[in-house]
Amino acid sequence: MSILAFLIQTLRIATPYLFAASGGVLSERAGVIALTLEGWMLTGAFCAALGSFYSGSPWLGVLAGVGGGVLAAALHALATIRYRADQVVLGIAINLMSVGITRFFLRLAFDSSSNSPRVPGFDWAGATEGNTTAGLGSLLASFSNPLVLVALLSLPTVWWILYRTPYGLRLRAVGEKPEAAASVGVSVARVRWLAVLGAGAFAGMGGAYLALEQHQFTDSMTAGRGFIALAAVIFGQWEPKRVALACLLFAAAETFQIRLQGLQLLPSQFVEMIPYVLTIIAVAGIVGRSRQPAALGRVTE
Amino acid sequence: MSIALRATGVRKVFGDCVANRNASLEVAAGEIHAVVGENGAGKSTLMRMIAGMYAPDAGRLEVNGRDVTGWSTREAIAAGVGMVHQHFMLIPTLTVAENLVLGQEPRAGMQFDRAGAEAAVRALCDRTGLVVDPARRVADLTVGELQRVEILKVLFRGAKILILDEPTAVLSPPEVTELWKVLRSLVKSGGTVVLITHKLDEVIEVSQRITVMRAGETVGHMETAGATPAAIARMMVGREVKLVGDERTAGRMAQAAGTAEHTALSVRSLTVASSRRPNEVDQLSFDVRAGEILGIAGVEGNGQTELIEAIAGLRPVASGSVRLGDTDITAWTVRQRADAGLSHIPEDRHRRGLVLEYSIADDLILGLQHRFSRGLALVRDRIGRNAEERIAQFDVRPATAATPARALSGGNQQKVVIARELRGREFSVLLAVQPTRGVDVGAIEFIHAQLRAARDAGKAILLVSADLVEVLALADRVGVMYGGKLVVTLPRAEASAQVLGPWMTGAMTGGAHVAS
Repeated sequence: MSILAFLIQTLRIATPYLFAASGGVLSERAGVIALTLEGWMLTGAFCAALGSFYSGSPWLGVLAGVGGGVLAAALHALATIRYRADQVVLGIAINLMSVGITRFFLRLAFDSSSNSPRVPGFDWAGATEGNTTAGLGSLLASFSNPLVLVALLSLPTVWWILYRTPYGLRLRAVGEKPEAAASVGVSVARVRWLAVLGAGAFAGMGGAYLALEQHQFTDSMTAGRGFIALAAVIFGQWEPKRVALACLLFAAAETFQIRLQGLQLLPSQFVEMIPYVLTIIAVAGIVGRSRQPAALGRVTE
Repeated sequence: MSIALRATGVRKVFGDCVANRNASLEVAAGEIHAVVGENGAGKSTLMRMIAGMYAPDAGRLEVNGRDVTGWSTREAIAAGVGMVHQHFMLIPTLTVAENLVLGQEPRAGMQFDRAGAEAAVRALCDRTGLVVDPARRVADLTVGELQRVEILKVLFRGAKILILDEPTAVLSPPEVTELWKVLRSLVKSGGTVVLITHKLDEVIEVSQRITVMRAGETVGHMETAGATPAAIARMMVGREVKLVGDERTAGRMAQAAGTAEHTALSVRSLTVASSRRPNEVDQLSFDVRAGEILGIAGVEGNGQTELIEAIAGLRPVASGSVRLGDTDITAWTVRQRADAGLSHIPEDRHRRGLVLEYSIADDLILGLQHRFSRGLALVRDRIGRNAEERIAQFDVRPATAATPARALSGGNQQKVVIARELRGREFSVLLAVQPTRGVDVGAIEFIHAQLRAARDAGKAILLVSADLVEVLALADRVGVMYGGKLVVTLPRAEASAQVLGPWMTGAMTGGAHVAS
């Protein structure tokens, strides 16, 4: 097993995590719990497959995926920000609902309960499934999927927004102490709406990557990736740089597990537990002090 | 004389609670105007409407003659009205500069101009003489500095009319003096200041005119020159009140001799370790006898909190012992100590004293729940009867047992805590920490009377308060804590602000320790 092949696979597995975790950081730093990353991603994946299938263009597929994520996020924002619903309860509801809704439309659009037909994706020469031959060529080839590159830039972008823009300053203020932000005329609702919609866009893009990578939508295809991304956000202590490292770490562990499967050294379930075990360790404060945004999950006026 | 602020016939209702009814106010440009009233009198609500945080349900608000009823915070800031809130409205994770510019950040292209923000803040500091390092994180500042940042924040937004809500609640006496200087210089440079407070000495010291509110209504106004604390207090409460410090308790010493000499609480070489300083509480020893109040004064943060928590069983003890009567309770749990007769009025009623979401009835049995249960179940009707009794005894308002504690004013919340700690169990020792913090004049009088009555009934009381006036008004002996040590203990007759002051600032710690 070559190191290059390992890196490539890690990167491909990390891509949806990087997207979803970007959304997670954005939303949670503004004080809205990103429990719905999973649901937003799934909606995005379905919309991307739908868009790509009907337009024949993966680019329009991505756009549709982002749109789907934003739409699902808008529902979340409406309920939690406008109507002040409990973020955890609503998050669970939206996750469950997105499974049902995508399944419903899957049947409606493609008359199948398990998967969509093959849809156009970003194909590149030399590195298709089953042919991830080692070599520099395939590494470069994996970058020919533009979404991988975008994913690598997503957390730096979130970092830039948080720490270098006026909006980011307001976002961090709203996530820490919304009443203080409100007292100086910052609209807490507006800042949160933007953050949640942005999070939906990122998660939707993560979903689009999944669907286009596999050239189809399959029922519940996100398979917990949204939760792993949320785990990365928490393990990375809501700091974009650390969150990016957490995503890569989780992806590397997963790659390792896939590569080891043939050897039967360790039950694969143990490796699958790694992100969650690390998150528990992080939250318990064993690795430094974990400090979440002070107003996370709090319903405010 | 031009009018900077005018409110007429203002009404504001939150749910079932009428916060303001027919509130009015008239503040002249260039004056320091005090708005006084008990907690829950509606002072803050009225001011928040003036600052644009809520819209009134009825009535009219004017700023410099312009009708501004129902405007937004943004509009208020733009018009030069700024409010410094009772609870600091600062974001601890951001820097001073970031807090000051929030909402109107200087930009460099698409980016936030941090250097520009810090330069602007530095310029403002120079101009006003209120100096803080703009690059420091707010979480690392002291309360005095936080207050300064709050005022700077409002001034940064160009405020000409400054509203301060209970600004001295967390300040030490020298910080208060500093604040008055700042306010006076603001007025001199053309500003107008509205000061919300219920500390009458402050009103007399700093204001020119006074508006008094009671139960959501404006009940009167007067010139400060010629007003007396007693007259203001009468107007605030609507009846005669005994003010703290009016009466001298020193005379009680002689009469206490009858009950005395039985040691109820005995602390020996108590040490509480700390991660930061050498020790939070360092080799501290003292006794409290039955029928006396030992008052511990001192600037906050000198180990008082840790001492009390160690005695109550809330914090581990590194060495030393705590005895209740003849029993060593050093290793006991909180429940065991309480059952053995240790009552505790905690420093922070929100953090330790009450579950705010609970009803008054449930908060009244907090820590006593095992006495109100049969098998696994709570006995509801006994809890209800207990609540009715306590509410009547302690005059808790509203007098409905089902009201959540969160809906009560600070004074009434404190009454619930005190009712539980004084009447909930048989006790021999009471730890009373800041028993009247954030409580209005009427409730202070009531709480002090309760503490005196408990003492007269032979209870031993350890009183810790940052308010020296309170310690001197209640205590039979007075000690001072500094740097985790009890640096001096004096009989009440020999204690005074002049004598204790130097001990509190540590100026005397070079000398011999006089600890008992």
